[in-house]
Amino acid sequence: MAGPIQRPVSEISSDVAAAGDGATGDGATGAGAPGGKTVLGADEIRRALSRIGHEILERTDGGKEVVLLGIPTRGVPLARRLAARVAQTEGIDVPAGSLDITLYRDDLRLRPARALGPTEVPASGIDGKIVILVDDVLYSGRTVRAALDALGDLGRPRAVQLAVLVDRGHRELPIRADYVGKNLPTSKREAVKVLLTETDGMDSVMLQVTPGGPAGAGEGQ
Amino acid sequence: MSNWTIKGARVLGGEQADLYVTDGRFAPAAGPGSRVIDAGGLIALPGLVDLHAHLREPGREDAETVESGTAAAALGGYTVVHAMANTDPVADTAGVVEQVWRLGREAGRCDVQPVGAVTAGLKGTQLAELGAMAESAARVRIFSDDGQCVSDATLMRRALEYVKAFDGVIAQHAQEPRLTMGAQLNEGEMSARLGLAGWPAVAEEAIIARDCLLAAHVGAALHICHVSSAGSVEIIRWAKSKGWRVTAEVTPHHLLLTDELAAGYDPVYKVNPPLRTKRDVEALREALADGTIDCVATDHAPHPAEAKETEWSIAAFGMTGLETALRVVHEAMVTTGLLDWAQVADRMAVRPAAIGRLSGSHGRPLTAGELASLVLYDPAPVTAVDPSAHASRSRNTPFAGMKLPGQVIATFLRGTPTVLEGRLCR
Amino acid sequence: MNRHLISAADLSFADAVSILDTAEELARLAERPIPKLPTLRGRTVVNLFYEDSTRTRISFEAAAKRLSADVINFSAKGSSVAKGESLKDTALTLQAMGADAVVIRHNASGAPHRLAEWVKGSVVNAGDGTHEHPTQALLDAFTMRRRLGHLDGLNVTIVGDILHSRVARSNVWLLKTLNANVTLVAPPTLLPVAVGTWPCRVSYDLSSELKDSDVVMMLRVQHERMSEAYFPSVREYSRRYGLDSDRMALLPDHAIVMHPGPMNRGVEIAADVADSKRSTIVEQVANGVAVRMAVLYLLLGGGAAQ
Repeated sequence: MAGPIQRPVSEISSDVAAAGDGATGDGATGAGAPGGKTVLGADEIRRALSRIGHEILERTDGGKEVVLLGIPTRGVPLARRLAARVAQTEGIDVPAGSLDITLYRDDLRLRPARALGPTEVPASGIDGKIVILVDDVLYSGRTVRAALDALGDLGRPRAVQLAVLVDRGHRELPIRADYVGKNLPTSKREAVKVLLTETDGMDSVMLQVTPGGPAGAGEGQ
Repeated sequence: MSNWTIKGARVLGGEQADLYVTDGRFAPAAGPGSRVIDAGGLIALPGLVDLHAHLREPGREDAETVESGTAAAALGGYTVVHAMANTDPVADTAGVVEQVWRLGREAGRCDVQPVGAVTAGLKGTQLAELGAMAESAARVRIFSDDGQCVSDATLMRRALEYVKAFDGVIAQHAQEPRLTMGAQLNEGEMSARLGLAGWPAVAEEAIIARDCLLAAHVGAALHICHVSSAGSVEIIRWAKSKGWRVTAEVTPHHLLLTDELAAGYDPVYKVNPPLRTKRDVEALREALADGTIDCVATDHAPHPAEAKETEWSIAAFGMTGLETALRVVHEAMVTTGLLDWAQVADRMAVRPAAIGRLSGSHGRPLTAGELASLVLYDPAPVTAVDPSAHASRSRNTPFAGMKLPGQVIATFLRGTPTVLEGRLCR
Repeated sequence: MNRHLISAADLSFADAVSILDTAEELARLAERPIPKLPTLRGRTVVNLFYEDSTRTRISFEAAAKRLSADVINFSAKGSSVAKGESLKDTALTLQAMGADAVVIRHNASGAPHRLAEWVKGSVVNAGDGTHEHPTQALLDAFTMRRRLGHLDGLNVTIVGDILHSRVARSNVWLLKTLNANVTLVAPPTLLPVAVGTWPCRVSYDLSSELKDSDVVMMLRVQHERMSEAYFPSVREYSRRYGLDSDRMALLPDHAIVMHPGPMNRGVEIAADVADSKRSTIVEQVANGVAVRMAVLYLLLGGGAAQ
């Protein structure tokens, strides 16, 4: 099968998941995970991140002036892994940090005040840099909209790009990702659950059907 | 004046009996044209006697008048109320006490016995004209600077001695002023936690001790207003054991409430002397039960809403009490088995009448020939106190919303009903 | 967290840690080119200050503005309050103006409790009489945690007029909740009669407490207390209970010296102590803004649970 790196982003589909080792994509439940169907196993996640790492190098002229900012919670370890991949491949140090968007959300009043995540901007700052926002799931696009507002208050990047592990569709704003690990068409009644070793002890992306109405906010927007 | 037959009342909480009222007195049988009251299940007590209330007139009619205050008294089962002297102008002359006495007669719901000030203007420096007040139509016998303490030892001594000439008694509001400057709440755990200046019990106890010794030394009678602490009770017990002529009163709220209620800073609980601890409440109940404290006195202190709907530290001190007194005593003393109804009659009518030198006309037994001043009280219902239904002009009761037993059904003043079926007559 | 912040005693361990952690994030805000967040846009915060306190008022004002809230300052002087308007009427006016939060400083203990009965928004106590000053205790705890790395097990010694101090009370409750050990040092006249029921130790001898203290917090002593016979003279008070450089030398190397301000230099704290490296007095002020931002965010930043 063709390596994911060579295939254009838009053609990655669940077929890839069906082909690899230990992957399931046809309804069988993934091993060891709480309810739902595994759509990406640990190996696929590893390969997707490798591919994204290479794509970043290709599209940013070798990763110069790139800063990776992960959106808490799971965007942060993903950003670090990407930084490690790039360092491994190209031998350069891409600064990685985090950007918490809680205070910029447009839906604050719907729930009691939420705890803040860490915001750590690398010492080199973001002015004039190519900032790549990193998140686990892209859904309505509102999280990214909030991140863009937050970035605006932190400085003036040369460009802003977006890398996500999963794009599940149903955009509510004109936002698109530059780098996608997997395009995953979903219905609003489904929930996408991303588990990462750093936060959850294992790497997995699962699809769960939520009883009742559409999946709520909180598993990526 | 109508004649009355009161059927099946439990006289002093005892056996059921019929009472007959003819021409203002109890009679052995029904008089002509008697109206009948079915008093089955009701307790009959002598009309209650309050030694301590603030009727606010003259001067603070926004809070209460003699008219509204005596209406409240009647609804509480009272047939005589002593009106304290801290009015504006102060009741320190024959003129003012006669004015208050006359207002009471005109209102007609309850006898008003004015209390004369001990010192001119309540300033604590010079004796008021105690003799003139005693000889006036108001026939003042109890003198008090209540609101203020007669703190100067020499002045207190003189006052105690002077009133012996006309069988008067000084009623002391015991509060050492220097120890209670700016005081807001009982000094203890609550005041420390809430950051409110403390009113230490010792400020009351020290004055009581001094005044008992003075009264003994000059052979005079002393009455202690609103006793509030366990320590005060011990001192009074000791003084009485020496045979000294000391009497004491306690308010209904000090028999039931503690300073923990101040936690929300609601000034409805702000009062002078302050609510204290559970230990003090228990000591006061025991003292009323064993007679160390002679009687219950309401210290009815009405205040307009704006004086209580503020920060604690600038709120006025005081609680209303005439309309809830018997119910609170029922809850604190009868329900707990500390007093029976005959003893309630003693503490709320007989002894206060004696202290007020009114035994000829108040606190009398409910027997043929006596003036028919009585209260019929239903001990059964349990209802929440509703200040908006009170006759008092003021609503500052700490019992608002509290479930209390009992209800006054009828009050008679010398054979004329002032309250029937739980409502004011006329 | 519940709707109001009136007393440090009402904060659970989780609430307190949440405020400190949130303040930690917000403290970094000051380093940004645009030190402003849109979070409380459209909310109105009223500063209702009956007591003069420029420092605290400005701190709350800065905190609210950095979160993009609208701020209305209402100070007692020269307003309807000076003409005798009651707290209740002032509260009803603020209510009608649509205040989402009222930050109140008042000389009567319990004023925020009463205010909470009359306004629908959140009430934040910025100091009421001699009762409490919860945001001060929070910024003190924040400062300790930042400087010393942790709070649990810390020995904190608070020195001064405990009887009349709202800062002392709030610190005692909050530090206990956060599992620190508190010792109060004062002459017996300046300790409440019931202090034995508080969750702390008491000592009359300052020097003997210093060698085991991780934090020493000095409280301001008012000269008026002398006329009420709480202590014979400022000189004697300062000699027995003041932190001078000799006493400061008794402290362990890592120990810090704190003061809520304003200071009486030369009375409870010597000038060279106030200006030493151990002193956190200046950073306490900066930390105050971050902590107050955290409080305003946690009270106003969300809505009711759905």
